[in-house]
Amino acid sequence: MNSYQIQEAPEVFDVVIVGSGAGGGMAAYQLSKAGAKVCLLEAGGYYDPADPKYITQLKNPWESPRRGASTTRPFGDFDAAWGGWQLEGEPYSAAPGTEFHWFRSRMLGGRTNHWGRISLRFGPDDFRRGSMTGIGDDWPITYDDVSPYYDKVDKLIGIFGSKEGLRNEPDGHFLPPPKPRLHELMLKKAGKNLGIPVIPSRLAILTKAINNERGQCFYCSQCGRACQAYADFSSSSCLCKPAVKTGNTRLINGAMVREVLTDQKTGLCTGVSYVDTATLQERTVRAKIVVVAASACESARLLLNSKSARFPNGLANSSGVIGKYLNDSTGASRSAFVPALMNRKRYNEDGVGGMHVYTPWWMDNKKLDFPRGYHIEYGGGMGMPSYGFGMGIQGMNGKYAYGDGKTQPSGGYGSRLKEDVRRFYGAYVGMAGRGEPIPLESNYCEIDPNNVDKYGIPTLRFHYKWSENEVKQAKHMQDTFEQIIHEMGGIALGSKPGKEQNYGLEAPGKIIHEIGTVRMGNDPKKSALNSFMQGHDVKNLFVVDAAPFVTQGDKNVTWTILAMSMRTSDYIIDEVKKKNL
Amino acid sequence: MKRRDTLKSIALGSLGMATVPSTDLIAAPPEKPLVVPGGRQKTEAIRDAKLMAEKFFTPHELKTMTVLCDIILPADEKSGSASQAGVPAFIEFMVKDQPVHQIPLRGGLAWLDNESRKRFSKKFVEITKAQQIEIVDDIAYPEQAKPQFSQGVAFFNKMRDMTLTGFYTTRMGFTDLGYVGNTPNNWEGVPEEVLKQYGLSYE
Repeated sequence: MNSYQIQEAPEVFDVVIVGSGAGGGMAAYQLSKAGAKVCLLEAGGYYDPADPKYITQLKNPWESPRRGASTTRPFGDFDAAWGGWQLEGEPYSAAPGTEFHWFRSRMLGGRTNHWGRISLRFGPDDFRRGSMTGIGDDWPITYDDVSPYYDKVDKLIGIFGSKEGLRNEPDGHFLPPPKPRLHELMLKKAGKNLGIPVIPSRLAILTKAINNERGQCFYCSQCGRACQAYADFSSSSCLCKPAVKTGNTRLINGAMVREVLTDQKTGLCTGVSYVDTATLQERTVRAKIVVVAASACESARLLLNSKSARFPNGLANSSGVIGKYLNDSTGASRSAFVPALMNRKRYNEDGVGGMHVYTPWWMDNKKLDFPRGYHIEYGGGMGMPSYGFGMGIQGMNGKYAYGDGKTQPSGGYGSRLKEDVRRFYGAYVGMAGRGEPIPLESNYCEIDPNNVDKYGIPTLRFHYKWSENEVKQAKHMQDTFEQIIHEMGGIALGSKPGKEQNYGLEAPGKIIHEIGTVRMGNDPKKSALNSFMQGHDVKNLFVVDAAPFVTQGDKNVTWTILAMSMRTSDYIIDEVKKKNL
Repeated sequence: MKRRDTLKSIALGSLGMATVPSTDLIAAPPEKPLVVPGGRQKTEAIRDAKLMAEKFFTPHELKTMTVLCDIILPADEKSGSASQAGVPAFIEFMVKDQPVHQIPLRGGLAWLDNESRKRFSKKFVEITKAQQIEIVDDIAYPEQAKPQFSQGVAFFNKMRDMTLTGFYTTRMGFTDLGYVGNTPNNWEGVPEEVLKQYGLSYE
């Protein structure tokens, strides 16, 4: 007898979904609400931010022996993400001279547990940058196709913001935004003087309760730790659990999907096979429809690894486009010290997780030497100390006079240092640009011919280089940051990154906004999926994460993933009703 | 002698050969059951428990570090000292958690003792407070320090960093700072008197 047995569940599901992040969670929710029998597969463990077993919210730094340092979790001990840019036993590589950093969260809800909740709709222009500028490509759909789904997502999930009437930053159905913090009022004023808009941020956080399942924000500023009141959006809390509650979704954790299975005669998907990460057993789930939502790069990897005689280039890849056009947001940042904020009056300024105000893209690229825009995110305030707090005080404390009007030499020791920490507390601001890159065919991931992960699944090899367009955009960000800092009476910290540092442009993958690897389009020769994110070659295969997206705007794509996944789910329901699927 | 101990001594004393005693011959310490704290993954809890069971600094090094931490942050009318806030134990954990700190801190403590012996023929913890301060004054001010003390300056900067972070991430540090967050509340904006102070408004 062969000890290697393939275990097969007898049941045939209507739909199997690979991945429980924003896209997979929305598909599971929408399809199971409509009555479909769904199997939801997640490679990582179960997670519920309201279960004391998992709660990190409201913990104090001393509850971590490393005071929240990022030794084992990239965003610190209390961050909700179980994962990072490196996972034990799940390597990836990059071609020489290129670079990509791949962040994965192995848990129910994936990366939606720790994300910034920044939820920006694409505007009409974001779907047609190619024809507007002659660089890049248009989407096969327009804002009008997606707009009704943005509306539904706004109402279902909840988002705060303000009606601004900006053409390419469409307003949604907003809950009231939190009032700006002190430094944010200063930023707003500086922006006004400079003609740079600073408006209320748009975050998926409930400043008012929207139903009985989820509570209201209690302003601890810790959305990154995931919310025990479910007052912010994570796929696990807001979509996966409600989907399971319908009785129509079976959730299987620890299911690392290896391959999408196909019938070689019909060319249709028949289900998926996965590795049970606890037992390392191979298992199969049969389904009539396969929905892939494993995250952009993981979805590309899965399809490329799903090779067969009928699909020698990988599944749904007769175009050869899968893996190509990988793109991450651009990112650059700067911080500053604001002397006027020294010796501040103390009060609880935590607010919501992240910024209360932001700057949407405000300029006309026709007058600039780069083709796409960026938005600016702001940080600062009297936050909770954690590892790193107080470090580098010798770079500050010799420059500013004490209460008695006298200065003292930099560094030092004694009670003076306590006074330094107190007087400089809350007197810093940070700003970070997040911009739209031009997706390039030459930036791609492919199956590494030489390597497998600990489950025996071939791994990815990345090829990614920024172009001049992104570098110039980062330069513009740095110039803008200095303008704003100067206008608010601040002093920029560190030195301004110059050409030799790509103007502080973060390495690809560091912003964790990667998209584009399973392109949608109207031409099956140039795209893998049609305008409903359905396989051109395989009609019962869908991809509902950000892999199908042609571009990402400067808009942090989660809200668009949710809207597009909901749209595809409705299409699936419709097609099944019409007996096309 | 118990049988197990006899076997152990035989194993260890066997003719100078590089003997690796098999595990069943060594009295194994009783295994403490692993407790996974809320919010941690099991792999993290195992790693933390292992680090906490290890010792890095010698008692002398810890004693020296404690003296230095309390020079950096002494008790005053506002709050307690670094050692009262548990800073040396925090640093002990951090060097095991992030080994990159080990050589600079161990070596820095040795540098301090060397300097102390050179000047006063005694280790740093054995000299008077005034003598300690004399050395510290030579390494605590990066912009004024003489070039021959540059390694001491780098060490003191690191000690200052670790001490401040270790202190302000405790309850004592929160109180000293006046941090009043990390608790459910209702954000209603910047207090009126603060708006007034800065000449700002919500319009």
